[in-house]
Amino acid sequence: MLKDITLGQYFPVDSVLHKLDPRFKIIFTMMFIVMLFAGNSMWTLAIGGIFVLMAQLLSKIPLKMSWKSIKPILPVLVFTAILNLFLIDSGEELWSWKFIKISEGGITTSIFMIIRIVLLIVGSSLLTYTTSPILLTDAIESLMSPLKKVKFPVHEMAMMMSIALRFIPTLLEETDKIMSAQKARGAMLDSGKMMDRAKALIPILIPLFVSAFRRAEELATAMECRCYRGGEGRTRLRQLKSEKRDYIGLVICLLFLTASIAVNLLQTGG
Amino acid sequence: MAILKTEGLTYTYSAGTPFEKTAVDNVNLSIEKNTMVGVIGHTGSGKSTLIQHFNGLLQPTSGRVLLNGRDIWEDKEKIREVRFQVGLVFQYPEYQLFEETVYQDIAFGCKNMGLGEDETKKRILETADMLGMERALLNRSPFALSGGQKRRVAIAGVMVMHPEVLILDEPCAGLDPKGRNLMLHQIRDYQKKTQSTVLLVSHSMEDVAEFTQKLLVMNHAKLFCYDDTPKVFHRAEELQEMGLKVPQITYVMGELRKKGYNIPEDIYTVSQAKEVLLKLMGKGAE
Repeated sequence: MLKDITLGQYFPVDSVLHKLDPRFKIIFTMMFIVMLFAGNSMWTLAIGGIFVLMAQLLSKIPLKMSWKSIKPILPVLVFTAILNLFLIDSGEELWSWKFIKISEGGITTSIFMIIRIVLLIVGSSLLTYTTSPILLTDAIESLMSPLKKVKFPVHEMAMMMSIALRFIPTLLEETDKIMSAQKARGAMLDSGKMMDRAKALIPILIPLFVSAFRRAEELATAMECRCYRGGEGRTRLRQLKSEKRDYIGLVICLLFLTASIAVNLLQTGG
Repeated sequence: MAILKTEGLTYTYSAGTPFEKTAVDNVNLSIEKNTMVGVIGHTGSGKSTLIQHFNGLLQPTSGRVLLNGRDIWEDKEKIREVRFQVGLVFQYPEYQLFEETVYQDIAFGCKNMGLGEDETKKRILETADMLGMERALLNRSPFALSGGQKRRVAIAGVMVMHPEVLILDEPCAGLDPKGRNLMLHQIRDYQKKTQSTVLLVSHSMEDVAEFTQKLLVMNHAKLFCYDDTPKVFHRAEELQEMGLKVPQITYVMGELRKKGYNIPEDIYTVSQAKEVLLKLMGKGAE
């Protein structure tokens, strides 16, 4: 049951997008986000849409997976759409009842916002679908390494992230086991009033915390046994290398970004 | 009379996905009252999945589990009562302790059953005595205890519900030899005293040979056999094929028999062997 939750949502298939240098992929994603948010017309969204569609096809990730990443934010989508629909008062007034008004501007803005959020989610989840969590943290560490100059603990941050990611499945499994064990003693986990349910969490959370601390201690000892002493002079098994395809990708992304900025300028200019 | 029965019990993990795996395949069983049953099988043979069906933690994909002749899934609302009747102690149960004192932790099951203070206290003291726990221990924090003591507290937490069937998943894993022996004797004493059915999952052939009357053997998700312990060990070759063994002493006796000594085939425990050898030596001295 708990195992069905996908958190590290890496989807391993063989595609160009999977093979790209993760550092570049992070930069592409950032460019894509800029593209979406700098734009203020449907045209820029269309360019963003083409970009996402292209990446989606290249990644060989089934569309079903993208739907899976949109599903949890559906309430947010509906909420923003309703808010925009009623609060924005511009253009022709189409319908009104007492103080509630729906205007043309409201409708277009809410549609615009929905498309923008959907594209944002689908596009950025492609990054996590095509990149394993470990590569992702490696890339973040590499991209943030200039910050080392100002004494920012980049390596430590990246290590913390990868440890956290590594232990999500372990702790989920542990939770599952503890829940079963307490259910076997008659704990009521899925019924009762709010207060009862909150109380029912105690027999699960306490053993879970205890075991998380135990694991943390064991891991720290194991790291010490292997002479871990931070990022200084540390080499890695997987070297991040940029290749021709990464630069091709960069050019494509730059083209898309320029196109959308150009469209933007033309619209505001005209 | 059968207390626990399964009919065509089948369980498939992640059905309908590429990770689909049948962990328990068409198991038909009938376990009697007042017996000590050993559950053996190689790693991944479906033992753990099977036992989680007995108290309704898992719902069969197909087939039925009958407790005292009644399908446990007949009324989903009453599945909790099944869990009080069939107690399950998981592997390494010491990691599920959470209360401030040992007493309160053992009382968790009783509280869930809705038992009164007096009855709870009576049961806890009785169980503590049976497991050789000192009274002073009951007021200590479970987290301050040693591994073996924690394990006892966790087992007591299930025994205290007085289940008709008690299932223990490798209760001796990680204990030292002395602790193992004590634990197994206490489990046997519990079984004799309560006249209940106890299922003991174990990887030690010596332990099941000495402490159980019946053996349930799982092999590749299927029930290989459910029979009297000596009868199962009599099929030594088949057991070896599926990665199991017969007790070590049986091998020793087999070698002696090959050397021409007059030793019967069905020696499965050290005490049996001792008797036979003493008799043999007595004869030799004459």
